[in-house]
Amino acid sequence: MSGLLVLAQIVPRNRAGHQTCVQRNGFCPRWIVDNIGNYKEPFLRHVELTVLAVAFGFAIAFALALVAHRRRWLVGPITAVTGILYTLPSLAVFFLLQPITGRGVTTALIALTAYTLLILFRNVTLGLDNVPAEIKDAARGQGFSDRQLLWRVELPLALPEIIAGLRIAATTTVGLATLAFLAGAGGLGEPLFDGGEGINFQSNVVVAGGLCVLLAIALDLLLLGVQRAASPWQRARG
Amino acid sequence: MVAASALSEFGDGLRFLVQSDTSSYGDTQVGGPHEVLRLLSLHLQLSGFSLLFAALVAIPGGLVLGHLGRGQFLATSVSNIGRAVPSLAIIAFFFSFLGPSKANIILALTLLAIPPLFTNTYVGVRQVDPDSVDAARGMGYGEARVLAGVELPMSLPLVFGGLRTAAVSVVATATIAPLAGVESLGTPLVARGVYGTAGQIGAAIAIALLAVVVEVVFAALQSAVTPRGLKLAAGRRTRRRGAYLLPTRRVQTP
Repeated sequence: MSGLLVLAQIVPRNRAGHQTCVQRNGFCPRWIVDNIGNYKEPFLRHVELTVLAVAFGFAIAFALALVAHRRRWLVGPITAVTGILYTLPSLAVFFLLQPITGRGVTTALIALTAYTLLILFRNVTLGLDNVPAEIKDAARGQGFSDRQLLWRVELPLALPEIIAGLRIAATTTVGLATLAFLAGAGGLGEPLFDGGEGINFQSNVVVAGGLCVLLAIALDLLLLGVQRAASPWQRARG
Repeated sequence: MVAASALSEFGDGLRFLVQSDTSSYGDTQVGGPHEVLRLLSLHLQLSGFSLLFAALVAIPGGLVLGHLGRGQFLATSVSNIGRAVPSLAIIAFFFSFLGPSKANIILALTLLAIPPLFTNTYVGVRQVDPDSVDAARGMGYGEARVLAGVELPMSLPLVFGGLRTAAVSVVATATIAPLAGVESLGTPLVARGVYGTAGQIGAAIAIALLAVVVEVVFAALQSAVTPRGLKLAAGRRTRRRGAYLLPTRRVQTP
């Protein structure tokens, strides 16, 4: 809706008869400053879509990876299924889900979550596989049970790969969520594409596109910070 | 009841693909194999040219920089920037500032395809077993021959992994070209007034199928170009999609 609101604010021609910056659909810093509040709701919705999709995706992929860690034969089938979900373009999935889940945030979240599964599953599995066998042996020798080994040795050591997966998933989802408006879920795609009317207004493109880039970078740095804070031994090693 | 109505909507979507019907505007015929094939060929044109241009830039660049061992910073930056800047924002930017044209869409899609191709090629060359390179030098191979005869064949699985990732994402992204005024298979998704819900569902089915076909074809290519020796040595490793999905940390070579 906000895209339409933005369009509704187009100012009439000025008295000289020249078109104003907004009428030319140009890049208008003053208009942007005056209307910056219009971006708040799409931006917050964009954050919501991204964070929830990555969180749901991580919960599912993490559980799958732990199951497949014990039963190795599951890695192939899970990779194949999540691989298909990853290959299907989210835009197509938005429309394919519509007969089943209708239009709205749920539909967008299902499609975005499905897309993150392969990235997250692959990286958690890779991280667990990369833990050196000697370290696991040493932990077992100290009397660690399977569960203790997993949570106190393997997962902390797999953290760099796990966070790397989360970073890729988060930045990718920020980009894909710009299409969520086509599923009726709003987000920054709404101003970016003028609510599906096409790309019209340069000011919208710069602000909404810029907010997407900033959001992607912010989430990336946040996750990097989490990794630094959670694995101090990495820093010690340099 | 929900299941039944969903099924009938999918049925309408499939019918849109095989049989033309009167538009909801009433005066034109939409759908059917003729129109679907026309949109498909436009879609493939956009994707094909973009992939070709990206490959012409990224693969030689990645090979040479990988061989020289330079451009570590470039490789990581290209992949990081490629991830941070949404392809849709690039398309919107090009469209609104440079105007609607096929060339602009192709340029935007090319920029989208370069990061996975470049990063995979670069990493592909860097991870070639140094012993093999030494052995080739010991046999009197010059630099060019080392690159063409040893490093290139041994990095082909990753290069084609990058090509596969790039192809799938370009085909997926070409779907939004109609939002920038260029027709593709995404046209019925966007112009709902003309094509109706059946057109949207039908186009979504076609796009999903196309993406899966592209993925399968490029996976087969990737497997076909992998030298037999590498297949024997690496077993299932060669089937990995490639370094682009791996953590950035692993891109860094010592």
